Amino acid sequence: MSKTTVLARRPGWNGQPKTGDAKSKRHAFKKYRVLLIMMIPSVLYVIIFNYVPIYGLLIAFEDFQITKGFFGSPWVGLAHFEKAFRDPGFYLVLKNTVLISVYRMVFGFPIPIIFALLLSEVKNVKFKKTVQTASYLPHFISWIILGGIFMSIFSLEGPVNAILGMFGVDPKLFMADTSYFRSILVFTSILAGFGWSSIIYFAAITGIDPHLHEAAVVDGAGRIKRMIYITIPLLMPVISIMLVLSMSGILDAGFDQIFNMYNPQVYDVADIIDTYVYRKGLVEMDYGYATAVGLFKSVIGLILMLTANGLARRIGGGDYTLW
Amino acid sequence: MVKTGSKIADIFLYAIMTVVLVITLYPFWTQVVISLDGGDAANSSFMLFPEKITFDSYKLAFDFDALWVGYKNTIIRTCLGVLLSILATAITAYPLSKKDLPLNKWITRFMLIQFIIGGGLIPNYLLIKYLGMYNTIWALVIPGMISTFNVLIMRNFFRSLPDSLEESAMVDGAGYLKIFFRIILPLSMPIIATEALWVGVGHWNAWFDALIYTNDADKEMLQLVLRRIIIQNNPTQFSEVLTKLQEKSPYSGRQLQATVIMLSILPMLIVYPFLQKYFVQGIMVGAVKG
Repeated sequence: MSKTTVLARRPGWNGQPKTGDAKSKRHAFKKYRVLLIMMIPSVLYVIIFNYVPIYGLLIAFEDFQITKGFFGSPWVGLAHFEKAFRDPGFYLVLKNTVLISVYRMVFGFPIPIIFALLLSEVKNVKFKKTVQTASYLPHFISWIILGGIFMSIFSLEGPVNAILGMFGVDPKLFMADTSYFRSILVFTSILAGFGWSSIIYFAAITGIDPHLHEAAVVDGAGRIKRMIYITIPLLMPVISIMLVLSMSGILDAGFDQIFNMYNPQVYDVADIIDTYVYRKGLVEMDYGYATAVGLFKSVIGLILMLTANGLARRIGGGDYTLW
Repeated sequence: MVKTGSKIADIFLYAIMTVVLVITLYPFWTQVVISLDGGDAANSSFMLFPEKITFDSYKLAFDFDALWVGYKNTIIRTCLGVLLSILATAITAYPLSKKDLPLNKWITRFMLIQFIIGGGLIPNYLLIKYLGMYNTIWALVIPGMISTFNVLIMRNFFRSLPDSLEESAMVDGAGYLKIFFRIILPLSMPIIATEALWVGVGHWNAWFDALIYTNDADKEMLQLVLRRIIIQNNPTQFSEVLTKLQEKSPYSGRQLQATVIMLSILPMLIVYPFLQKYFVQGIMVGAVKG
């Protein structure tokens, strides 16, 4: 407390342009003394639960042993990363992660936009609300339950096999079949997520000035023309921001879903970085190695997001970026 | 010309949206049908309505003790988690709502870091172990208690309250603490309710932290009980109930699974349509850039 007070007395210490002089600064400290004390537990909380784990990332460069602790374990430099890059298992999970999440993006990214565009054309308010409400529902159900439901639907006794059976197709064990598993993952993750992701586009569509549409109607533009020339261009900034955001998650292939839906028969196509980190770290207790793989993932995600944000700024300008 | 075209487009539009509605609701409907069916929906597959409605498997599920242990633990966790989270968020947000609070900008930035970088699975896990929270409920409610996103939204709400209220209370000699508890918090019920809902649903559905941080049977959360039954098909106590069920054949494990699923999502399905708009409101608030 006293240290910050001393710092604050020095004019210009934080590089900010000064609005008041040292005296008013001291006055603010006095005035808000109670509130500043109130902040102390929160700041401590953030240090312990957000910053200590970030500092803890250093065990990616240690031969971490729980008995020796964080400070006693020997440094190994980049050994864990070298180990990962020599491990064929790592390349397999990397490939699976990228494939699943690229599929999810290619098929899953446009669907909420299309859904929002189409549903906003529905005039019947009651029907519109019903569809919207139903589409958000899966977002509020855990992947344990969703996974259970989807597994039951694709099981031998499930409706999918029943419908295929009507066309004379032999029942298939979809959930244990490497050639179907990824498609099922992608399909079900889109089904569970499209409604919730569409909210932001709905908000943007609702925010469009109705005069624009009225003027276009006077000029004789039909619905489709108005969608193409008014709605979609005005949605572009939001679409761009969402795209940039989703880039950071390109190595998140959906741990909750996969962890609950996969099984040993499909490990070859469904094992992803997050499940690998879980297994290496918490099951095999190879803490240093698992942290290194996890760190690799976050760094790639961060780089991709920064790149995408930079590209968006260059192409579209400030409205199209996260910051 | 334009009119007929528009009509056809309308029909097309409503047809697509009906299909969307069916596709989103059908998975849940299958579970309703299987859990209620007295015939053989559970074995033969494609059924839109139960042949003969019976609540037998629901009656049996009531004998399944682990489910109720899970329910109890999850309710405790959710209540405690919401309480702590809202209190901590409000305490953090109130000082930050003062634009001229010294260090305000720096504290906000300091909290924003977690949006960009985090420790990841292992460092967080080890931290919980070092802090001695392992296998206690604190491991589930303390990490994630203060979310920067929620703090910023609550801060913005506090800022939107008229200053005159505070000023007049100050003239009457009230300090910031009194103002916070007596004036600000009661006036902020809309945002508190909204955030309590978000946090509550999060706790209700959370399972991974419970999986890695707890291991006693009497501390098992509902989601993990479900995971044992639905995902892992683990024949423990579940098989006892299942045997009872099969005595009354033709019920199957699938039917009991569907019943358990229904029992666990029923509270959500009942409150969801009424509360849904609060969730969406929150997203809109959060979507405002900056």
